[in-house]
Amino acid sequence: MTMFEAILLTIATAATPLLIAALGELVVERSGVLNLGVEGMMIMGAVSGFAAAQMTGSAWLGLLAAVLAGAAFSLLFGFLTLTLATNQVATGLALTLLGLGASAMIGESFVGLPGIRMQSLYIQGLTDIPYVGKFLFGQDPIFYLSIFLTAAVAWFLFKTRAGLTLRSVGDNHTSAHALGVPVIRIRYLAVLFGGACAGLAGAQLSLVYVPQWVENMSSGRGWIALALVVFASWRPWRILAGAYLFGAVTIGQLHAQALGIGVPSQLMSALPYLATIIVLVLISRNKRLTLMNTPTSLGKAFVPDR
Amino acid sequence: MKKMIMGLTIAAALGAASFAATGAAFAAEKLKIGFIYIGPPGDFGWTYQHDQGRKEMEKALGDQVETTFLESVPEGADAERSIERLARAGNKLIFTTSFGYMDPTIKVAQKFPDVKFEHATGYKTSENVSVYNSRFYEGRYVQGVIAAKLSKVGVAGYIGSFPIPEVVQGINAFMLGAQSVNPDFKVKVIWANSWFDPGKEADAAKALVDQGVDIITQHTDSTAPMQVASERKIKAFGQASDMIKFGPETQLTSIVDNWGPYYIERAKAVIDGSWKSHNVFEGMKEGLVVMAPYTNMPDDVKKLAEETQAKITSGELKPFTGPLKKQDGSEWLKAGETADDKTILSMNFYVAGVDDKLPN
Repeated sequence: MTMFEAILLTIATAATPLLIAALGELVVERSGVLNLGVEGMMIMGAVSGFAAAQMTGSAWLGLLAAVLAGAAFSLLFGFLTLTLATNQVATGLALTLLGLGASAMIGESFVGLPGIRMQSLYIQGLTDIPYVGKFLFGQDPIFYLSIFLTAAVAWFLFKTRAGLTLRSVGDNHTSAHALGVPVIRIRYLAVLFGGACAGLAGAQLSLVYVPQWVENMSSGRGWIALALVVFASWRPWRILAGAYLFGAVTIGQLHAQALGIGVPSQLMSALPYLATIIVLVLISRNKRLTLMNTPTSLGKAFVPDR
Repeated sequence: MKKMIMGLTIAAALGAASFAATGAAFAAEKLKIGFIYIGPPGDFGWTYQHDQGRKEMEKALGDQVETTFLESVPEGADAERSIERLARAGNKLIFTTSFGYMDPTIKVAQKFPDVKFEHATGYKTSENVSVYNSRFYEGRYVQGVIAAKLSKVGVAGYIGSFPIPEVVQGINAFMLGAQSVNPDFKVKVIWANSWFDPGKEADAAKALVDQGVDIITQHTDSTAPMQVASERKIKAFGQASDMIKFGPETQLTSIVDNWGPYYIERAKAVIDGSWKSHNVFEGMKEGLVVMAPYTNMPDDVKKLAEETQAKITSGELKPFTGPLKKQDGSEWLKAGETADDKTILSMNFYVAGVDDKLPN
């Protein structure tokens, strides 16, 4: 394995959880809901995935459990913000805090157990192609799933009628409601999808990235995913680019350090966040860009009778 | 007004009486001991080992003691409140187990002169505040010796958390241990800028392996680097606790923070009334630094490691002994001279041979 290939693989592993969680949040935000609980749903996915894999011995069942746990957890957020119309920002933050605490409690008996790793693909001949073989044909199933999801979300949002409806709900829920669109039901579905994605991202952490369970192992990746959605100005393929850019900067700075190149590691770690802030500033300065991409009802509670 | 004063007097008298009563019954009563942790006991690293020490003490002293702990207490204003809470709850001995609890500990200690405090890894003491610290670097020296013996490429990877003295001591001691076997040995350092981020630690370990190191050591708290080393079929050293489960064919040894004996000793001292404030910096000799079994290495290397450990334990070998040069080539210690504890505790420079620029 060449160094180039090795670096590429490491970047993919680092980028995949960000990509999946951000894709889920993208759909949620496109429907006009801001769920800041990504970190909490992700860590719930990580602990459920690890626990289920431990108990059944199957990484695939772990993955399934993680997706279900993420979705179930997001349902709590959905009930509070959609049915009871609570403040989305506060509820999302509470979801993150609850997730971090609850996962620590659930995972207590799983600390210190070596995990079960999801097997990587191996296709005779294809995986052995120099330079790109391992990257294209030799990775874990979640990597392929993440690429498929990007394409699927892009197609759904911009090429289907259902996607158009979802975006209309996010842009103006009152008009959508007047046209007879079931705003609350659509938002519930979007929130569930976001939760499932965050759960899947968590499973990638505890079944592929570092196959083990420790408290707080998501270490802020949910927040990075949230930033990525803004960075990508609510566009799926830009999320892919952003996640890989983020992964490349993270891994690149580690390699630069090991090579003894004197880059301040603190600055390099902060770069992706700086980039997000710059993008935010650019977007909000340009009215046309704002109108084109930002879901205008984002974060606003919707009560049908008003 | 008069009534109130009388009330107060009665209350004071009653208080004094009840105090005397507790004093008399003290011998038969349980000693309440409190702990403040920086992280969750489930981190499998720093806090995990402190909690193991607490459990060991409970086991050894049985119903003579009763312990409570507060976990994940942030350093700062919250710490002061938490420590005070433990003191008010009747704990007579309180362990505050992170560097950043130093000033809050001193502050609360002034308010509760009859409570004994033990602060880990700091430097401020008072009448009722002791400081205890561990010479982890002694273990790092042994690891350096092993690494230089076993590495085929002559390069080890070192994952650091933050460039604070405790970590720099470790890198220097590791380097000196390695140089004692192979003067041309190289260490590649990566700073993770985090104590605990399994993903990032794994990435750092992968980057080091991709750049050709064949032994990894870490000063971050998760088991992720051990797992990466095990997947990539190279060797690694564990950190803070015995991580052999995560690399049965990978771990060479691990520095285990063994707080139990110290906690037992200090609790006993409070019980028999001999507790005095002190400032200790202990290592292998006193049993605070324990090496996990030497595994996955040939017998001659194991023997050399054991001999080195024995020499450090007996005091015959001190890792920071001259002649030593700093990284920039200037002289640090003359032949035969050893570094004093103050220099060790504030170490902010590399020794000659380390191939990294120390971040400020």
